[in-house]
Amino acid sequence: MLEHDVLVIGAGLAGMRAAIAARANGANTAIISKVHPVRSHSNAAQGGINAALLDRGDDWEDHAYDTIKGSDFLGDQDAIEVMCRSAGKALIDMEHMGVTFNRDDEGKLGTRAFGGQRRARTFFVGDFTGQALLHVMFEQLIKSGVQSYEEWFVTSLIIEDGQVGGVTALEIRTGQLHAIRAKTIIFCTGGCGRLFEPSTNALIVTGDGMALAYNAGAGLMDMEMVQYHPTTLAGSGVLLSEAARGEGAYLRDKNGNRFMEKYAPNMMELASRDVVSRAEQTEINAGNGINGCVFLDCTHLGEALITEKLSQIREIGIDLAGVDMVREPVPIRPGMHYIMGGIKTDIDGQTTLPGVYAAGECANVSVHGGNRLGANSLLDTIVFGERSGNHAAEASRSIPFLPFNEQEVVSREEQRIREMLERPDNGDRWGNIRLGMGESMVGNVAVYRDHQSVEEAIRDLGQLRDRYAQVPVHNKNRVFNTDLVFALELGYMLDVADTIAVSALDRKESRGAQARTDYPSRDDENWLKHIVAKKGEVGPEISYLPVTITKWELEERKY
Amino acid sequence: MDVTVKIKRFDPEADHPESYWQEYAVALPDNATVLDALIKIREEQDGTLTLRCSCRSAICGSCAMRINGHAALACKTALSRVLDGDNAVVVEPAGVMPVVKDLTVNFDPFWDKIRAVEPYLQPQGAEPAGEYIASNESMLHLSGVTACIMCGACVSDCTVLEVDPTFLGPAALAKAYRFTADPRDGNREGVSRERLHQLSEPTGIWDCTRCNECVEACPKGVAPMDRIMALREQAVNAGFTRNNGARHTSAFTESVGHSGRLDELMLPIKSVGGITNVGAMLSYAPVGWRALTHGKMPPLRHKNVENVENVRRLFRKLEPDLYGPEIGKSSPFG
Repeated sequence: MLEHDVLVIGAGLAGMRAAIAARANGANTAIISKVHPVRSHSNAAQGGINAALLDRGDDWEDHAYDTIKGSDFLGDQDAIEVMCRSAGKALIDMEHMGVTFNRDDEGKLGTRAFGGQRRARTFFVGDFTGQALLHVMFEQLIKSGVQSYEEWFVTSLIIEDGQVGGVTALEIRTGQLHAIRAKTIIFCTGGCGRLFEPSTNALIVTGDGMALAYNAGAGLMDMEMVQYHPTTLAGSGVLLSEAARGEGAYLRDKNGNRFMEKYAPNMMELASRDVVSRAEQTEINAGNGINGCVFLDCTHLGEALITEKLSQIREIGIDLAGVDMVREPVPIRPGMHYIMGGIKTDIDGQTTLPGVYAAGECANVSVHGGNRLGANSLLDTIVFGERSGNHAAEASRSIPFLPFNEQEVVSREEQRIREMLERPDNGDRWGNIRLGMGESMVGNVAVYRDHQSVEEAIRDLGQLRDRYAQVPVHNKNRVFNTDLVFALELGYMLDVADTIAVSALDRKESRGAQARTDYPSRDDENWLKHIVAKKGEVGPEISYLPVTITKWELEERKY
Repeated sequence: MDVTVKIKRFDPEADHPESYWQEYAVALPDNATVLDALIKIREEQDGTLTLRCSCRSAICGSCAMRINGHAALACKTALSRVLDGDNAVVVEPAGVMPVVKDLTVNFDPFWDKIRAVEPYLQPQGAEPAGEYIASNESMLHLSGVTACIMCGACVSDCTVLEVDPTFLGPAALAKAYRFTADPRDGNREGVSRERLHQLSEPTGIWDCTRCNECVEACPKGVAPMDRIMALREQAVNAGFTRNNGARHTSAFTESVGHSGRLDELMLPIKSVGGITNVGAMLSYAPVGWRALTHGKMPPLRHKNVENVENVRRLFRKLEPDLYGPEIGKSSPFG
């Protein structure tokens, strides 16, 4: 039987970083992913990675303050301190591994400005930093000797009497089910963007790890904190990097006005993402957009700069919207992009389940609080991926394998899947259910939301869940049955969607990405706390945890 | 718009697995991509249609396939650009790699070749405390190569791999170049001698036929063939000239530089290291005999073109270091 000390689920940046760290610590380590590692969604991070380098006159405390303010004071300050202190080393490690960062005139790493930060500390590779980092991390994974299960889809977590024992997984290419035994498991499965339609996220981003952990009893924290990115392309909803604004692009309404003057007179287009997205939505709602969009204007930046630093997003605009940003403003709107919430962990990635860890977007450490700063997500994956890998490797030395019955576990899972495949065709399709969920989430758990809209989402989700229980799988074959995989993913998505909606309903204030029109102000007296959703008898049950405040005091948030 | 998508399908679990064509009619917005069409078919008409796709923005590299006969990313291909007069488009799996199911191919050989070039930075000597100091130009140049998303479009359309599966191929060689051109890799001069040595072996850089298909197919402007040519230059400059490829290049240039035309008789002989290479000479015998009997034998006495001095002057002007007044007497590669 397949056996590993440390099993990492998900092979994006956090996952590969965790696996490499665990292997370097001597653990028998494997990584399992439903796609090949370089297909992971870390690819999509465009703008860069933040770090305060001392030799540039920067200070990690300044980075921490910007992050805390960006989080609308919901981020845990001890965790933010860990991330910002570790950033320089994490960045230089990546450079030493071979990342081709853009340089300054002296040949040192170059920076660009990014939203919500008072100085330029975002290091970058053109506008495809995530892809550059992901491929280099994959190179290191090859070098490390970590066992890699590529295109294996985890269908369940094996837990007996509170001890984790491994996972069951579908080898997609053959259709065969396997059990993998593991002493520790690290979830690095990314976010849950596809719960929303449209979203900037890749089609694989379906909240698998969040749902698996949630169903095993772990808490999902601050799930109402869903980031809408200010610049997603009209139509397809694909991301156009904040790097454009970092390099000096403007946001304009239909009359050409730079409307950010009204909302963030100091930082303008580079206010934090929640602020900019709300400003855009307000303008669009007031009729100052065209076809539900405002405009990203790069025309004054010049073709040379765009070619050197923004070439990928220029291509996206041309390919998907027929608009060349060198020549004309691009229609954009706020679009679902990231979730600050996730599996609650400590600073070593430990969840509330012994032996189970989480890192990256699926986790909530919490360093992003109510709103993540651009270019802090790549940093999060690398810092906490590494810490989780180190800790899990160490912990697995003193944990025995759980002696579960492999045959029994696999046949139970096969039975469940067979039942799905044998459902009669009732005319419904998982694609329709997913679309219904996505449109309800975007419509009701939107940039602006209120009690009524979120309740509507909860009602929709209940009905969709009933339909999901009956939904047929049309493809009955074994080899590469993506129809089955999508149907299984949809189950994960509905679980996670519930926790988002219930948390959004619960938080009766406006903080970070949670903008409640019925509670328009931040309410530190009653709501300076984390919301934790755990699986209950009939749905998510809410509890609360305090926010860790160290030395940065609460203040009004203005940009 | 109403579109017909003609898809080459394959079901490995059929009683007699063989590929077949299936057509789907689908209605889409005017700015839709080929991938939009495939997803719509998969979600609304036929759950058995199988393909890889994820990001929808040309960065994850999942959806390379042949569209109207040429490899491309489905997500980066607007339907309006590829529809024929009947509003139809033809979609097939990527070439060269074995089909698993429908539009899904087996990438194992692809990744084996990536692994074969030891695809990770190998600096010699101690790491600096901070970052390596490197010029922005050198990093921008490398980023033009690291922009490769490993989609396999170049491999799909590589005309060498089609007939010789041992060739490392355009993706792996571009990956190798990403290291040999990195000032941080290799020795203190940034020369990765061992890499260049390995790449000069059979299945490596000299097996490319320069057909340019990979350059055409690449959706990210990586231009793999240009990188292979750059590798050849690096390898020759590093002294790896004792192989057929380097000798071929050398003899070709020498002949044209000297006489203004190719010495077709001597080129194959010089490429294998001269007539002392008895094995190679014997292997040429059947070809030589056929050439002789079919009146295709190149002249035994090679003649200069008229006004050959003009050609020589061109060579001297372009490569003054290599082509002094004694052009033709010494090899451009010493």
